[in-house]
Amino acid sequence: MAELKTDQIVLNMGPQHPSTHGVLRLEVVLDGEVVVDVTPHIGYLHRCFEKHAEAMTYPQVIPYTDRMDYLSSMYNNFGYVEAVERLMNIEVPERVKYIRVIMGELQRIANHLVAVGTFGIDIGAFTPFLYCFRDRERILDLFEMTCGARLLYNYMWVGGVSHDLPPNFIPKAKEFLKDFKKSIKELNDLLSYNKIFIERTANIGILPADTAINYGCSGPVLRGSGVEWDLRKNDPYSIYDRFEWEVVTGKGEMGTVGDCWDRYMVRVREMEQSCRIVEQALEQIPDGDVTSAIPKRVKPPAGEIYFRVESPKGELGYHIISDGSLNPFRVKVRAPSFVNLQILPVISRGYLVADIIANLGSLDIVLGEIDR
Amino acid sequence: MTVQEIFEIIKEKFNQEQFELKPNIGGEILIVPAKILRELCFFLRDDERLSFDTLMNLSGVDLADGEKKKLEDGTIEIVGGHLATVYHLYSMKHNHKLTLKVLLPRENPVVPSIERVWRAADWHEREAYDMFGIIFEGHHNLKRILLPDDWEGYPLRKDYKVQEFYQGMKVPY
Repeated sequence: MAELKTDQIVLNMGPQHPSTHGVLRLEVVLDGEVVVDVTPHIGYLHRCFEKHAEAMTYPQVIPYTDRMDYLSSMYNNFGYVEAVERLMNIEVPERVKYIRVIMGELQRIANHLVAVGTFGIDIGAFTPFLYCFRDRERILDLFEMTCGARLLYNYMWVGGVSHDLPPNFIPKAKEFLKDFKKSIKELNDLLSYNKIFIERTANIGILPADTAINYGCSGPVLRGSGVEWDLRKNDPYSIYDRFEWEVVTGKGEMGTVGDCWDRYMVRVREMEQSCRIVEQALEQIPDGDVTSAIPKRVKPPAGEIYFRVESPKGELGYHIISDGSLNPFRVKVRAPSFVNLQILPVISRGYLVADIIANLGSLDIVLGEIDR
Repeated sequence: MTVQEIFEIIKEKFNQEQFELKPNIGGEILIVPAKILRELCFFLRDDERLSFDTLMNLSGVDLADGEKKKLEDGTIEIVGGHLATVYHLYSMKHNHKLTLKVLLPRENPVVPSIERVWRAADWHEREAYDMFGIIFEGHHNLKRILLPDDWEGYPLRKDYKVQEFYQGMKVPY
């Protein structure tokens, strides 16, 4: 029989594609249905954050950080203000530290709910998404009653936070945490241990630990590969060393260590750990003033700093250079999604075209912070 | 290990006169000449005592330390001086950090690519090229990443002037 002529074809995914979580274009080279190469093209959402920041005063930059990773705005604020505080050597009140951790961890739960919900949609499970958004809504309500905003908060300021917790915040948060434990079980029944879901995600997009480290991956993507690495434990900042919780890693329960299911499951289990942290913080939170350490003028001395926090998506770093004036001389953001997306071609080669969608969903990217 | 101790180990292999250790609020910075950068990075990664396995961040910086000329239209142009690349390294094994800085002449900013050392540098270097026009020698795919391929100029330079038109569309609004 004569050899069939086989050609590679180039398939263009995006920039408007339902499963790209924003405006991302993937140039996919296919051999039949097998992926030969993937080239991500980014920049569709570039809003010149770093250039803007140079023309703003330090506090004016905070609302811009909200808009980078718009699903975890609280944590973007957190990293930025902590970096500036370290430059200025400000010690914030105890209550502020606790509020920041509570807000940060609630934001992590909210972010992971979107991540696992949309991941389900990518794979074809629509229902869990609605359950996830139902729970996320309650977290957004908590944020709204604290600072008035639901998505972009501008809540954490240099030296403090904009508003103290309202009186009924703590009981409401406790109530949410109590209900949320049931929701996680529900989510596990609906999606995590669903046979179709496992078939689609186990043994897909396997990322070995050494590759992940060399590519600079962080967050659930790195932990999914079995690396016990969390900045909250390994390079602690704020008051995370006061709480009892565990770093969750992928164990390859359904397939191989570092596959899509592992990355997914790390997020689900991290939500449980975040609940533990918030519970302890709500118990320990002291009374006090939240605005006492806010400086009248934010004017750090000349110098530079690289400060990183464990944002829900991974290592979020701020490289801030100050020349002693009111405006930052340079702000560079090391966005976790920006670095994590680089791994997509590596974990997609050799798999089927449908698996690209699973891989992309399991990376949990937000284009707002990739393009900045 | 402190930066000072790391520097002692580096001195064993490299001529110490080419380095400069600058004090800084967020940790000392080691100023490195461009020509030995890649060799140094391989050493930092592979030496057992250091094993810097992660590149946390790579930033381009416009130091704007040249002569500032005022042009007729009120904008400034910077002649001479330096651009810089800053490398933030971290060792997961030993839990220590190091910051490297390479100063590059503004008129000819060429620095060896360290993409082969840490693959994480790939997109960071493309971004620095995109925003500052820093050429990373040996990078396998050095082209613009956030801006369109046919964009003119390097926006994060301090004397950047936006182009009048982009493909027939007026840019400054």
